[in-house]
Amino acid sequence: MDASPYIELRDVVFTRGNRRIFDGVSLDIPRGRITAIMGPSGTGKTTLLRLIGGQLKPDSGTITVAGENVPQLRRKALYRLREKMGMLFQSGALFTDLSVFENVAFPLRVHTALPEDMIRDIVLMKLEAVGLRGARDLMPAELSGGMTRRVALARSIALDPELIMYDEPFAGQDPIAMGVLVKLIRDLNSSMGLTSVLVSHDVPESLSICHYACIVADGQIIGDGTPEELRAHPSDRVQQFLRGHPDGPVPFHYPAAEAGQDWGLSGRERR
Amino acid sequence: MAQRTTEVIVGLFMIAGIAALMFLALQVSGLTPKAPESSYTLYANFNDAGGLTPRAKVSMAGVTVGKIREISLNRETYQARVVIDVNASVDNIPADSSAVIRTSGLLGEQYIDISVGGDMESLKDGDTFYSTQSAMNLERLISNFASGQSQ
Amino acid sequence: MNWLAERLAAFGRSGLDVIASLGRSGRFLAGALGGVPKPSVGFPLLLKQLYSVGVLSLAIIVVSGLFIGMVLGLQGYTILSDYGSEAAIGQMIALTLVRELGPVVTALLFAGRAGSALTAEIGLMKTTEQLSSMEMMGVDPLRRVIAPRLWAGFISVPILAAVFSVVGIWGGMLVGVEWLGVFEGSFWGNMQSSVSFASDVMNGVIKSIVFGFVCTWIAVYQGYDCVPTSAGISSATTKTVVYSSLAVLGLDFVLTAVMFGDF
Repeated sequence: MDASPYIELRDVVFTRGNRRIFDGVSLDIPRGRITAIMGPSGTGKTTLLRLIGGQLKPDSGTITVAGENVPQLRRKALYRLREKMGMLFQSGALFTDLSVFENVAFPLRVHTALPEDMIRDIVLMKLEAVGLRGARDLMPAELSGGMTRRVALARSIALDPELIMYDEPFAGQDPIAMGVLVKLIRDLNSSMGLTSVLVSHDVPESLSICHYACIVADGQIIGDGTPEELRAHPSDRVQQFLRGHPDGPVPFHYPAAEAGQDWGLSGRERR
Repeated sequence: MAQRTTEVIVGLFMIAGIAALMFLALQVSGLTPKAPESSYTLYANFNDAGGLTPRAKVSMAGVTVGKIREISLNRETYQARVVIDVNASVDNIPADSSAVIRTSGLLGEQYIDISVGGDMESLKDGDTFYSTQSAMNLERLISNFASGQSQ
Repeated sequence: MNWLAERLAAFGRSGLDVIASLGRSGRFLAGALGGVPKPSVGFPLLLKQLYSVGVLSLAIIVVSGLFIGMVLGLQGYTILSDYGSEAAIGQMIALTLVRELGPVVTALLFAGRAGSALTAEIGLMKTTEQLSSMEMMGVDPLRRVIAPRLWAGFISVPILAAVFSVVGIWGGMLVGVEWLGVFEGSFWGNMQSSVSFASDVMNGVIKSIVFGFVCTWIAVYQGYDCVPTSAGISSATTKTVVYSSLAVLGLDFVLTAVMFGDF
């Protein structure tokens, strides 16, 4: 297998409004492996996926996917590259006016000229892979949260992509649904050799399936390596995040004025 | 909904739109679908064309037989020169007929009425009405009457 | 002084925001209408939108048209009978409907009925990441989702306006001829002698084409550009109706001045 990384980020800077979300992030995502990107909420993990998918453009830096520099691609080339990518959105993002079957068939109908019976076979195969072949005639509104995500997963692998990105796949799932998703992500990676990028703040689940992980905070990567390396990482911030301590280098309190001032107890007020 | 049903309903919707436009054209604006009837041209000179406008109707005995094409000023005689298109089917207007400007109703629009004469000859394409009667100007009539003048 | 400078700066910024938003909506329109889709893909999508945007608006258009025509008949009769010229009622109803009320009221009703629905639908698709996921599947949502809705609006409004005028005239005839006893011959005769196809009917059609274009554009753009939250969708829907109504009434004045003004 090709040893070069599938995705390379070099010195990526991205600001939204006045907020600097990434300040010189460099990251390699290896081919055919599961990479977890973890970090506290609001650190722009989803933004990172959108940068990789070319939906957002960085202020500076390069993002290379499968040897192509994403921010500089023309519209057509970008859309062609995206056919090699699958993305599982947090909400599933199923098309609400189409049935489960038609949702999974959608990318096939748009990008291929396959005959109808072939599309049917592929769709049922993909639905079988996520265990929902029986749900093909349901509408998205009739599905539970976990099922929605599984259908969305079937849709993202319909075109047999090389890369699949999961945006918070475990958020808000019950333990069973979570277990199903963990199994699916692992199976898809091992059986299809997909390069998988997983964005999550669920530490135990993510570390249990990934081959490689990195932790993002304050616009920087504060720690990366295999799960074992991370568990033994010397940085206090990494340890605080992995163990979930409420206070530490990432403070419990949002930055505020001296407590005394807010309660009228500061020195100046006291005469 | 089945694709076929949607197709049929949308098709009916489009037909309704076209039918509505046809109705506006034919029934409301009186556009006739038949090719414009062939016509011949007559001229009439008036001392006062009043409120006469192009496209106004030209009638005989209350029946529309043509329309006004153009109104212009004759620079030599200082008269209004009106070009009239008369339907080709009405080819027997006696040569001594006169063109009279009339008003439909008290405040309605003005049109030309042809009062039929008794000549055996008929007006031909390019002929001019021998006698005309100008627009009745209500204001002038009243002011003349008030100052005791008579025309 | 400082306060004034800040106010001025804020004013300038909001002005720039408006201009930027106009620019975005122009780029949006170009992106949506730029490519020519394959007919086999585009036609079924357009058909579906024609149904939901056009056909489903037909009921409100027909009912409103009927009532407006009947009101015109009643009011016109009352005023015209003072001058003894009830016969001119057909002419009055037809000109009012064909030139003004048909295109304008249709566009206003369309903005309220179909425009707000378009905004909410697209806004919700954006909020639930359906547009994003389409983009990530290598399908341009501007062409797939937006373009068919735009075309459906452009096609539907002139049709709806023509239907509105016809139903209105029929309603006016119902009141004038059937109830108030105006002679039917003079009703139609007066109408036909004063309504011209080229200048009245066609100008009305041109107006409705312009209004349909503007209303649909505003509706679809507001949905696409909305802040992806429930509050964002609700404010975008409100904006659609307000902006469409203002644009229609303002443009109506401009178009009327150009078409019927004597200069």
